[in-house]
Amino acid sequence: MRIVVPIKQVPETNAVRMDEATGTMIREGVEAIINPLDLYAIEAAIRLREAHGGEVTAVSMGPPKAMTALREAMAMGCDSAVLLSDKAFAGSDTWATSYVLSAAVRRMGEFDLVLCGERATDGDTGQVGPGIAAFLGLPVVSYVSRIESVADGRCRMHRLVEDGYEVLEADLPCVLTVVKEISDPRLPTLRGKQKAKRADVPVWTAGDLDVEPSKLGLEGSPTRVVKIFRPSVARKCEKLLAADETSVATAADRVVEFLQTRELI
Amino acid sequence: MRHSGVWILAEQQGGRVQRISHELLTRGRALADKRGCELAAVIFGNRIDAADLSELIDRGADRVIAMESPRLEHFLVEPYAACLLKLLADRRPEIVIAGATTTGRTLMPYVAILAHAGLTADCTELDIEAGTGNLLQTRPAIGGNILATIKTPRHRPQMATVRPRSTRPADRAPGRKGQIERLAAPADLPPSRVRRVDFVPSADEHGLQDADAVVAVGRGIKKADNLPVARKLADALGAALGATRDVVDRGWLSYPHQIGLSGKTVTPRLYVALGVSGSIQHLAGMQTAETIVAVNTDPDAQIFHVADFGIVGSLFDVAPALTAKLRAAQGKPGGEESK
Ligand SMILES: Cc1cc2nc3c(=O)[nH]c(=O)nc-3n(C[C@H](O)[C@H](O)[C@H](O)COP(=O)(O)OP(=O)(O)OC[C@H]3O[C@@H](n4cnc5c(N)ncnc54)[C@H](O)[C@@H]3O)c2cc1C
Ligand SMILES: Nc1ncnc2c1ncn2[C@@H]1O[C@H](COP(=O)(O)O)[C@@H](O)[C@H]1O
Repeated sequence: MRIVVPIKQVPETNAVRMDEATGTMIREGVEAIINPLDLYAIEAAIRLREAHGGEVTAVSMGPPKAMTALREAMAMGCDSAVLLSDKAFAGSDTWATSYVLSAAVRRMGEFDLVLCGERATDGDTGQVGPGIAAFLGLPVVSYVSRIESVADGRCRMHRLVEDGYEVLEADLPCVLTVVKEISDPRLPTLRGKQKAKRADVPVWTAGDLDVEPSKLGLEGSPTRVVKIFRPSVARKCEKLLAADETSVATAADRVVEFLQTRELI
Repeated sequence: MRHSGVWILAEQQGGRVQRISHELLTRGRALADKRGCELAAVIFGNRIDAADLSELIDRGADRVIAMESPRLEHFLVEPYAACLLKLLADRRPEIVIAGATTTGRTLMPYVAILAHAGLTADCTELDIEAGTGNLLQTRPAIGGNILATIKTPRHRPQMATVRPRSTRPADRAPGRKGQIERLAAPADLPPSRVRRVDFVPSADEHGLQDADAVVAVGRGIKKADNLPVARKLADALGAALGATRDVVDRGWLSYPHQIGLSGKTVTPRLYVALGVSGSIQHLAGMQTAETIVAVNTDPDAQIFHVADFGIVGSLFDVAPALTAKLRAAQGKPGGEESK
């Protein structure tokens, strides 16, 4: 099987600053990690390869330092990786990001699956997986919680929805976005790390892809961030101490009263 | 032809219109009134309940466009996208709003790409910009620390999703006038390369995201054996049980219970946190709850910053006492004995 896993490098903490002028994140000075939800996609992909053979390729669009994320993915067990990095990609919204990632997947040749994370913890949209599928002209199955089988050019899987799990069967190739339930990501091994360090990870720029310059980056993004502001936490907390039997009982009474005045019970 | 009109994407299950549709009508009505245009509810399905469709009019739609086919009975991205794209091309709405449900979060990005439209996920506020008439889409960014307002100046339609339970359903005004169009799906609908072969309902009686009340447990619960303390309180409140990531990581509750950045977002009317510290990642999934009550032994716990009512004390004392009082207040048995 040939599997492509798009992974995003995201800031480690949420203490991120924004550039008020462009509405983009200031990434300098913040520790970067693989989007935690992408680890599940990597793990699911490696398990499929272990069961069926083939190759897993991680791909990331981002600044040069996203190379670290790709080497980490290789240390976990991905066979190869490609970095998509070009100033022209900067400021991409999910439309432009999906466009570039799909062009990269196309350039890689034949594949069976594209496995994405459910969403990136920074942008937090979950739009890129379905977006890649749309650009590739393939169906997407989102929120996949379990891959039951892959055989005869078909994949049978469970999809986590509001009230349960759909069991779906998809023709390959196909794009999936996976949820945490799908696997327990492994840690990189020492051997994996050494291999990853030596690996040759190509960097593709816009010129290496079949893309129209007008559809890239900020210019190619339909959406624009026009304002950034801090939400006001307008909650005034009424605090009570409940340390002994009496104060516990009083506190419980007060909560019930409070819920009654707010018509919550 | 210029683009005009606001659409909401209603959802059905088993032919019955879902609550999210009525919530979307609240959003859509406000936008259509501001913009001075028509509000249409678009829905895909098979044999959709006729009374449910007229209820969409009662609740604020000027027009209902129901597209039906056995192939649209359940959500599958290809047939749904093909139908929506055809409607968009034929009728050219200016704004399309959907729920941030598993359906909306899949269909909207897929269609936005093919329609070359801008799409903003999980908007908490939607408004019309004076002068330009552009849709102003406000959403939390980076774990809820920051709000960003986003515009789609040059592309149409302007598309957005909003989280379920982030608005009240629109009120019913029986007798409102509107037009219901029941259309067959296009005859040339391409075959779906994904097939739904089965459905396994989840063991939980009520979905966490649909719940009006949520009791969430954090690591303060200490072990899985202690969960009944929280479950009893949840039962007394008619609440669903949620959890922090630490609880899920320890295997005390399953992943579908997880609330937060890497779990579910909930916007219940009441959120009760038991032994939850209130990390920013957890807050990202619950701080839009209407009322928040927190129980924590640590008076400085961050959860108190977002709570309306806080009890500094042990959940093992407070939760049982509260359960008993609630049962007594509701005249239910077990008022005293569960203490
Ligand atoms: C990228 C990323 C994504 C994440 N996503 C999520 C997410 O989606 N959801 C999520 O929840 N977390 C998430 N986390 C983890 C998050 O940072 C916190 O670690 C987690 O929320 C803490 O869970 P907790 O409140 O249960 O545990 P703790 O922080 O350990 O808090 C336990 C609390 O219980 C209190 N306590 C102890 N005993 C009692 C008692 N007897 N009675 C009352 N109170 C008591 C303590 O005072 C403490 O405040 C994420 C982290 C990262 C880095
Ligand atoms: N810049 C990127 N490079 C590679 N993959 C990405 C990128 N952005 C998003 N993805 C993939 O798309 C998923 C959803 O991201 P998002 O739509 O940004 O929430 C992620 O979990 C990744 O699998």
